[in-house]
Amino acid sequence: MNYAMIRYVLSWIAKVEAGLLILPLLIAAIYREWAVFPVYAAIVALCLAVGLITSKKPKNTEIYAKDGFAAVALLWIVLSVFGALPFVFTGEIPSFVDALFEIVSGFTTTGSSILKDVEALSHASLFWRSFSHWTGGMGVLVFILMFIPVKTGSQMNLMRAESPGPDVSKFVPRVRNTAKILYRIYLGMTLIEVVLLLVAGMPWFDALCITFGSAGTGGFAVLNSGLASYTPLQQWIVTISMIAFGVNFSFYFLLLHRKKKAAFRMQEVQFYFIIILTAIAFITVQLLWQNGVRPDLATFEEVLRAASFQVGSIITTTGFSTVDFNQWPSASKWVLVLLMFIGACAGSTGGGIKVSRIVILAKSIKKELIVLAHPRTVRKVMFDGQVVPHDVLRSINVFIAAYLIIFGASVLIISLDGFSLETNFTAVAATLNNIGPGLDAVGPTSNFSAYSNISKIVLIFDMLAGRLEIFPMLMLFMPATWRRNG
Amino acid sequence: MQIIVVGCGKIGKAITAQLSEEDHNVTVIDTNAERVRAVSLSYDVMGIAGNGTDFEVLSDADIEHTDILIAVTHSDEVNLLCCVLAKRTSGCKTIARVRNPIYSRGQNYIRQVLGISMTINPEYAAAKEIIKLIRFPSAIEINSFAKGRIEMFRFKVPEGSPIIGEKLRHSSFLNDDVLLCAAERGNEIIIPDGDFSAEAGDMLSVMSLPSKAISFFDKIGYRKRGGIVKSTMIIGCGEMSYYLAQMLIKSGIAVKIIEINRERCENLCSLIPQASIINGDGSDEAVLKEERLSDMDSLVTSTGIDEENIILALYAKDKVKSKVVTKISHLEFNDVVKSLNLDSVINPKYITSETILQYVRAMGNSIGSNVETLYRLMDERVEALEFHIHDSCGLIGTKIMDMHLKNNTLIAGISRGNDFIIPGGNDSFAPGDSVIVVTTNHGFRDIGDIIEDRNPLKDIGEFIGEREANR
Repeated sequence: MNYAMIRYVLSWIAKVEAGLLILPLLIAAIYREWAVFPVYAAIVALCLAVGLITSKKPKNTEIYAKDGFAAVALLWIVLSVFGALPFVFTGEIPSFVDALFEIVSGFTTTGSSILKDVEALSHASLFWRSFSHWTGGMGVLVFILMFIPVKTGSQMNLMRAESPGPDVSKFVPRVRNTAKILYRIYLGMTLIEVVLLLVAGMPWFDALCITFGSAGTGGFAVLNSGLASYTPLQQWIVTISMIAFGVNFSFYFLLLHRKKKAAFRMQEVQFYFIIILTAIAFITVQLLWQNGVRPDLATFEEVLRAASFQVGSIITTTGFSTVDFNQWPSASKWVLVLLMFIGACAGSTGGGIKVSRIVILAKSIKKELIVLAHPRTVRKVMFDGQVVPHDVLRSINVFIAAYLIIFGASVLIISLDGFSLETNFTAVAATLNNIGPGLDAVGPTSNFSAYSNISKIVLIFDMLAGRLEIFPMLMLFMPATWRRNG
Repeated sequence: MQIIVVGCGKIGKAITAQLSEEDHNVTVIDTNAERVRAVSLSYDVMGIAGNGTDFEVLSDADIEHTDILIAVTHSDEVNLLCCVLAKRTSGCKTIARVRNPIYSRGQNYIRQVLGISMTINPEYAAAKEIIKLIRFPSAIEINSFAKGRIEMFRFKVPEGSPIIGEKLRHSSFLNDDVLLCAAERGNEIIIPDGDFSAEAGDMLSVMSLPSKAISFFDKIGYRKRGGIVKSTMIIGCGEMSYYLAQMLIKSGIAVKIIEINRERCENLCSLIPQASIINGDGSDEAVLKEERLSDMDSLVTSTGIDEENIILALYAKDKVKSKVVTKISHLEFNDVVKSLNLDSVINPKYITSETILQYVRAMGNSIGSNVETLYRLMDERVEALEFHIHDSCGLIGTKIMDMHLKNNTLIAGISRGNDFIIPGGNDSFAPGDSVIVVTTNHGFRDIGDIIEDRNPLKDIGEFIGEREANR
């Protein structure tokens, strides 16, 4: 382990966080919330001070593979610990574990909350919560890599540890330039959504926070009613935005470079839309058929809007809600749970297992069947017109195995709190896949506050593991990581 | 710059590592997907698995926006074809590794016809490097200009040399064949004029044709110090040694080759009749004694086995009079080799990648200017630049003595077709020439920059500046 270099990377995260916290500080000033203003100011100063004290550049700037994983995991933890401080010291979330849960849920773009009354928060804190989605969505590390001068091999070790999806994909040769392009696309799409929502008549503060939530596929709302009280047009805009942010960003890169054909040939994007349309159709039909009596879903438009919104919200792992889908028939609920596991595309801001992994898994099951039937057959799994290398297949299989083990263990631990199986199952599904609300006692109209601290810590771990694709977090628990000769 | 490297062998990898470290945007192409993955995971580059001659693959690598394509696969034909394709598609600069002597014999012709910017033959390049060391073992640095036709030697003036104390304008040593370009005395750098005279311990840089250099160093007193090599023994005669032997003979050095393979020996007899060819085991002490290794001025160990080369070099270190050169093919474990205290070590792969890198760097330096080659010499305080003279150049036809050159600027050479001119006052530029300029001024971008500005306002400005400084 190159401890000095990890310290150096962490010093940068403190500095960057100081910069990020200036925004809620401004919001506090705009809304004249002088009670919380000094708290935010003090924490900006604290982050800056910590960042500057520890920022001596080490002699050996090499980051080895192991260090990369550990650095990424630590970085997210440090980011969250500092990010939780404003909630604690403004007294809005006095318990540290609760505050940590809330901000981890923010940075990992989960959107699960322990707050009973969201509207009681100050504007500054509401903004900070939603803004953490936006920063966490694209990845903090990639952002930092644009500033830190490290060796190119070391950069790859960091990049590999944070990027979502089965493999690191780059648009252009250099990480730094790829990151710039990603952030440009991200910023551009964010601006479009904000403008559309403003034009559709949403108040500017709500428009900003809702956009942050959907861009990062997070899911923190600013009203207790979620998104139910917004107009149909505004809900449609959010639906389309969420689905757009769940698409692999390579798609947009190809579109921007006039490679339309290549863009629309991306199998992951094709399957993503097929899954979305099928799910919407299924839920719409079921709701129309079995659900004529409910007042909020009376017309066809209302049903279609609710189904589209919820499907978009869940598959992209955003977690906004316009209706209480907890009340829906169980087949529709199960479709939503399945969508939770599938998740968005790799290379998007969404979480979950990722569409590409699911498609490749399905294809390898098919291959296995054919091989069983014709033992001498030679066959390779193809994706996007190319053979999937054995290494990638293996890493996907291992990922799923690790995912299931963590899932099982987490459900076991939080079950000790005595809630129903549906609650516990979906609570873990919602956090490990970075969605937000689950079903039953953690459904869209309630929250996670009833769980014990131990359960909350387990769920915090799940959120981080889900966002970082599991292995960086596991690496922290491997003793050899911390030994110099390990 | 946008750079494509085709072929991820040892050289390809070394180039990729260095270029990506120097902040270029590198895309690597190799048919072996495993190798591409390994390279693109360990360096910040994009990897594409496929054949570099496949147009689809090249366009995936964004060939349209590429500045340089470097083809270093193991196949000459693939390399050449890649370069032609790339050149035709985007007009980028191309570099190909071509090692088959059939192609390298007609090197210039192939380069011109196919539009390739540079071809490199690792064995030939290594041989060139070795001959530099052998021909002038006391040189500290040797830089080549005009594609190797002229060289700049940097050396220390020995005690008691007849060159000491002689004014440059009357010098019998520094004449039409040898041009003194720069002198370092302590921390000072002097671009010398006619009144300059050398002192013992000065570091001089002279420009000279390779063939004239030996007699020059002979004259200024290096022979007495055992610094001139007249005979060389080469153990193991592969492709590189063959090139080397040819060059050595050309520059008047006697060559003795010891080669274990009888057939190869017979082949060599007809290829280089001037050399004396011995069929024997070079690692046999008796053979070496019999062939009087101790009477040799220099030894080159270039068998196919690194370990053998090293042991032979260690054995010969005290026996050979002035220079022992060891050929090594491994790129790693440099420290171990260094710690052995061998005289000179030559690594063809390293030389290849360094030569390519130098070209790329020179190109990076020359973007937006007329500079063809740029060397930074003497701790980067002196620049030696090579300019191409276009038809529209305003200096064509003006005699050098009539040009008002800037201070500390010297025209060190003119390369015209296959000739090289060490310029005197009566020479002038012609279209198509390459002109070498040595200067302590930085940032020349065009040949016109060497002329003193005759702007009166600027003169006044300088005058005022000087007056201020005097106060």
